[in-house]
Amino acid sequence: MELQQKDPLREFAPQLERTSILGYAWIVFLLGVIGLGFYAFLSQVWYGHEVTGMRDNVVWGVYIVNFIFFMGISYAGALISGTLHLFKTAWRKPIIRMAEFITIIALLIGPCFILLCIGRLDKLHYLVLFGRIQSPITWDVIAITTDIFGCFIFLYLSLLRDLATLRDDELLQLPNWRKKLYKVLALGYTGLPEQQQRLNRATDIMAAMVIAIAIIVYSVLAWIFSVTLQPGWHSTIFGPYFVIAAVYSGSAVLILCMWAFRKVYHLEAYITKKHFVAVGVIMLVLAAFFGYFTFSDYLTKWYGSEKNDELLIQLLFKKFYWPFIISNYIGVLLPLLVVGIARFRTIRNITLTAVVVVIALWLNRYIIVVPTLESPYLPIQDSRPEWFSYSATWVEWSLTAAGVAIFCLLFTVASKFITIVPVTGLSGEEKKEDVLV
Amino acid sequence: MEEELNKNQKNSRRQFLKKGIIAGAGVAIGAGLMTAYVDSSAAETGEKVKVLTTDGEIMEVDRGLLKLPRVSREESHEGIPGRKFVMVIDLGKCKNARKCVEACQKGHHLPQSQEFMKVYLLQDSEKTSPYWFPKPCFHCDNPLCVSVCPVGATYKRSDGIVLIDNERCIGCKFCMTGCPYSTRVFAWKHYPEFDQDKEPYSPEASSPGKEGTVSKCDFCPDLIRVGKIPYCASACPMGVIYFGDVDEDTVTNGTETYQFSKLIHDRAGYRYLETLGTRPCVYYLPPVDRQFEVERGFGELEESVKERYKDTPYSIKNKP
Repeated sequence: MELQQKDPLREFAPQLERTSILGYAWIVFLLGVIGLGFYAFLSQVWYGHEVTGMRDNVVWGVYIVNFIFFMGISYAGALISGTLHLFKTAWRKPIIRMAEFITIIALLIGPCFILLCIGRLDKLHYLVLFGRIQSPITWDVIAITTDIFGCFIFLYLSLLRDLATLRDDELLQLPNWRKKLYKVLALGYTGLPEQQQRLNRATDIMAAMVIAIAIIVYSVLAWIFSVTLQPGWHSTIFGPYFVIAAVYSGSAVLILCMWAFRKVYHLEAYITKKHFVAVGVIMLVLAAFFGYFTFSDYLTKWYGSEKNDELLIQLLFKKFYWPFIISNYIGVLLPLLVVGIARFRTIRNITLTAVVVVIALWLNRYIIVVPTLESPYLPIQDSRPEWFSYSATWVEWSLTAAGVAIFCLLFTVASKFITIVPVTGLSGEEKKEDVLV
Repeated sequence: MEEELNKNQKNSRRQFLKKGIIAGAGVAIGAGLMTAYVDSSAAETGEKVKVLTTDGEIMEVDRGLLKLPRVSREESHEGIPGRKFVMVIDLGKCKNARKCVEACQKGHHLPQSQEFMKVYLLQDSEKTSPYWFPKPCFHCDNPLCVSVCPVGATYKRSDGIVLIDNERCIGCKFCMTGCPYSTRVFAWKHYPEFDQDKEPYSPEASSPGKEGTVSKCDFCPDLIRVGKIPYCASACPMGVIYFGDVDEDTVTNGTETYQFSKLIHDRAGYRYLETLGTRPCVYYLPPVDRQFEVERGFGELEESVKERYKDTPYSIKNKP
């Protein structure tokens, strides 16, 4: 009965069947950026980590910032899609798949950036062979692996109905291999009541699990910083602070994806202002939480003014003035104003706000990582003067750009493989209440 | 004239080495066993050093012929039995002569970009006096670097030494952020100096260095094994650095030997940043009764080294 609703599919079929010249140009452009990143990676392997801006004082730089950033938007995707699913929010349908894709795609890119930080990739397997459970990095390896599996299963379960629809649709003009692929991937799902019941239950369980895993994983990531004694990192608030910052950045990325796909695939009928406002309100609430956590963290550091905290805050307000202002003032206040005041609440404004929020959150991670490493307990002395402060090199920027390009490319490819809006059951709310225990 | 100066310096260093070995023989090293392993196949360098033979005689041999014993990676995990090493640094005597740095670099085959020993110019607050502060690894009894290592590449031994196994290290640099004393250095590329060392790698020698891994001051267990004190301690012309054993309650800088507990008691020895709870094995004697003006520390420095102190806080800043 679900499979009979084929109208939406007719509308979305061209996305799967054809790629415009502009679409190909976009893919070629992305491949170019990725190629540059690959070249940068090769030179890092060939010449050593000396080609990066990282040195003995600032041992982690833009790579770890990107790692936190991509992991952040990934967890956000998991939290948002999981929560919307569990609460059976009616408007989630057209955007939930984007959130799920954000989760899995960012989750594939994030860990690559931590690998770029590692001096000896040839010994990476030692993490498993000689892993020590005392180390937060081992916690991270376990947590991220669990997360990748969990999120992948969740995504797959939510794709299953559409895969079956695509398999059964005879009007789709697709090459045979793709039809065969849909057939294999659909796992014989035909929409029998028993299958539906099982699928619904499995999806519910996984939705709850990805929420829990996401919180754990992002906390573990925060603990990598906060278990050290470094001023600026050694903070009890870091776990929840990172989780909130992650979901916040993810809500903004979701808005950007909604805007992009709405434009490119002409989804105006499905993704409406209502959706932008709804996700915008989520973003607003998270902005408030994020601002509160940030304020709380810096207030306690500043008020007690321990010597090293004081030095750090001086650094933040001098050398890192603009990143600090953008990430912790503009990045917090803008969503509150734009989404909070009804008059400003347009699709364009919400999208522009999301752009600012994404930049602000990236900078937020930058000013968490770099200034702390530039103000250790012992002043940075008796070191090469050019090592005193950090600035990323072309290698790091190219790889950062490549990371973003891979994100866009995988998203583009995914939207060619399966409709970006779930087509099955789009017109009516499923009767999930019946199967819920 | 400059040559003459160099020669004099060399002589005085040799003098110290000689004295150091003799002093060390009697007191610092409990076993009292002084052996130098001579490898006849090694190339001569022309530089002579005095060593004590197993018969108790002093003889002069070429530095290139001296071969320190290198234990395997597995053996390096066990500490030297019955020992607990400690270092005492007398801040009153340091004038930033940088001989400790040079000797350490040479002994460990390190490039200029990787210095195990650093000399800081510290001033605790605006009105207090600035002082030179040599900083090796503190070999903490509660080492955060060891806790955070994901692969067990850095470890604490029974003799108190914290070592790094560069063949195990994956280069994640977590230990570098874990260490609150900025002690650890990273090999950002393969430095030519690494190739000078033809011996097989041993964590006790921290040499030859390996690209993409972390290293740091190792308290020179290879020297300790042959009854010597670390490179920095024997090289210091001022005798700033004392090395010894807590259980034997003895420390020596090569010329003077003290009872460790009495020295710390009488001279109000302390550990740096005690509040962090890392429990260092390096003690400092406060910078009192100074033998030199702080500014003397800039006296003979090369411009490039002077540059390193440009961000020094407070009053000293404008003086050099």
